[in-house]
Amino acid sequence: MNVHRTGRTTVAVAAAVVLSFTSAGLASGASADVSRDHGEDEITVGIKYDQPGIGLKTPDGTYTGFDVDVATYIAKELGHEPGDIVWKEAKSADRETLLQRGDVDFIAASYSINDKRAEKVDFAGPYLLAHQDVLIRADDDSIKQPSDLNNKKLCSVTGSTSAQNVKDKIAPDAQLQEYGGYSECLTGLENGVIDAVTTDDSILAGYASQAEFKDKFKLGGFKMSNENYGIGVQKGSDLKAKINTALEKMVADGSWDAAVKKNFGPAGYQNEPAPKIGVIVQ
Amino acid sequence: MFDFLQGYNLLGAFWVTVQLTVYSAIGSLIWGTLLAAMRVSPVPLMRGFGTAYVNIVRNIPLTVIIVFTSLGLFQTLGVSLGADRFTTINFRLAILGLTAYTSAFVCEAVRSGINTVPLGQVEAARAIGLSFPQVLRIIVLPQAFRSVVGPLANVLIALTKNTTVAAAIGVAEAALLMREMIENEAQLILISTIFAFGFICLTLPTGLFLGWVAKKVAVKR
Repeated sequence: MNVHRTGRTTVAVAAAVVLSFTSAGLASGASADVSRDHGEDEITVGIKYDQPGIGLKTPDGTYTGFDVDVATYIAKELGHEPGDIVWKEAKSADRETLLQRGDVDFIAASYSINDKRAEKVDFAGPYLLAHQDVLIRADDDSIKQPSDLNNKKLCSVTGSTSAQNVKDKIAPDAQLQEYGGYSECLTGLENGVIDAVTTDDSILAGYASQAEFKDKFKLGGFKMSNENYGIGVQKGSDLKAKINTALEKMVADGSWDAAVKKNFGPAGYQNEPAPKIGVIVQ
Repeated sequence: MFDFLQGYNLLGAFWVTVQLTVYSAIGSLIWGTLLAAMRVSPVPLMRGFGTAYVNIVRNIPLTVIIVFTSLGLFQTLGVSLGADRFTTINFRLAILGLTAYTSAFVCEAVRSGINTVPLGQVEAARAIGLSFPQVLRIIVLPQAFRSVVGPLANVLIALTKNTTVAAAIGVAEAALLMREMIENEAQLILISTIFAFGFICLTLPTGLFLGWVAKKVAVKR
């Protein structure tokens, strides 16, 4: 028995030694985009890469959008220059995992605060109060209130909260088309197969502000839900308090208003005033 | 640990997956066999069409085909397959796309089966005056199918898993429910595991059963 145990321990120790060598070898050979290997000044931020107005990676490799502006401001307050920010894509389904594993320092990716998510991660903010809304064709006068949606054809992204809201609450009788992305919905809206695209007004405003869709679409202005966008950080992280301070400063010095105007302005988006830190509108 | 499953219709979603699989399997078995017949036919035009179809369709990603059925066929060309609600239209479009794609693989499996039938049998059949369709129907295909049950089982299992792509155009099958649950529950790994297990429950018995059938019906040569 004793011999066995010693044998096993030896094997375990040997395995551990081999593993640590391997990982050391990997770490030294790995490229700079492995987030945790970055230098002192770098900070890794998770954003969306595919939402115009919120977080978008442009073809020339730069990043634009409201979340990007907020994240850049926070990073500056935390002592990181814009050049030291390592951007990382945070798709909706990956966000909790990215934070739990420590792949990113914080996430600003149209991340709505809710109870289930708050069990897994901590939220700073909220920094924006969005509402579920519809985007309709500019010449469409038949949709004036949410109840008008019931005999219409709606579109949203597969599995998203907005799509589920339509099915369960807002317009159970409406036909709902779900696609992998909003661009497919917008194609349908443009050629008349779809009457309204629905998701958070901030995202819709971002799309409507794009040059190619200008003057074609308009926002319905229905406040069908409350989405409190927060900055996701690892559970128990001391970043939460620092980010909250940064957000308060951003609102106080006018940078927040400037960022809203810059990213959502062209769509005629009536934004809510900056939310109070820690106040979640149900 | 599993109490969050309440309020979700897991069985209903997997039932849609099964329906997609069965309809597409029947469709692609028919269309795939016709394609295989074309590829071995004496008419050059048919051979050319069969070859071109297989080589084009099996090299296009399935997602592209499925999204095309919705954006191209439905939205642009107005093909609604006789339905007027999105749920039915999408379901039928998905079956159409899955059938078009899977047929290419069924065709190649069946064609490999045809190649296992000794040439002498075809010559003997021709010698007693059977036409090409008769040779294929009475002599060649019955033997060919018996030797390709195994490969066709592979295609069927792949098809079962490929039905998840239908979520891209909003068919309410298992993968769509999985996305909804991940969005709501923030439990990526646990939920993925549950759905992976669900698919194993569908495909493992299929594989075991068809493996047994394949042994049972194989032509001993």
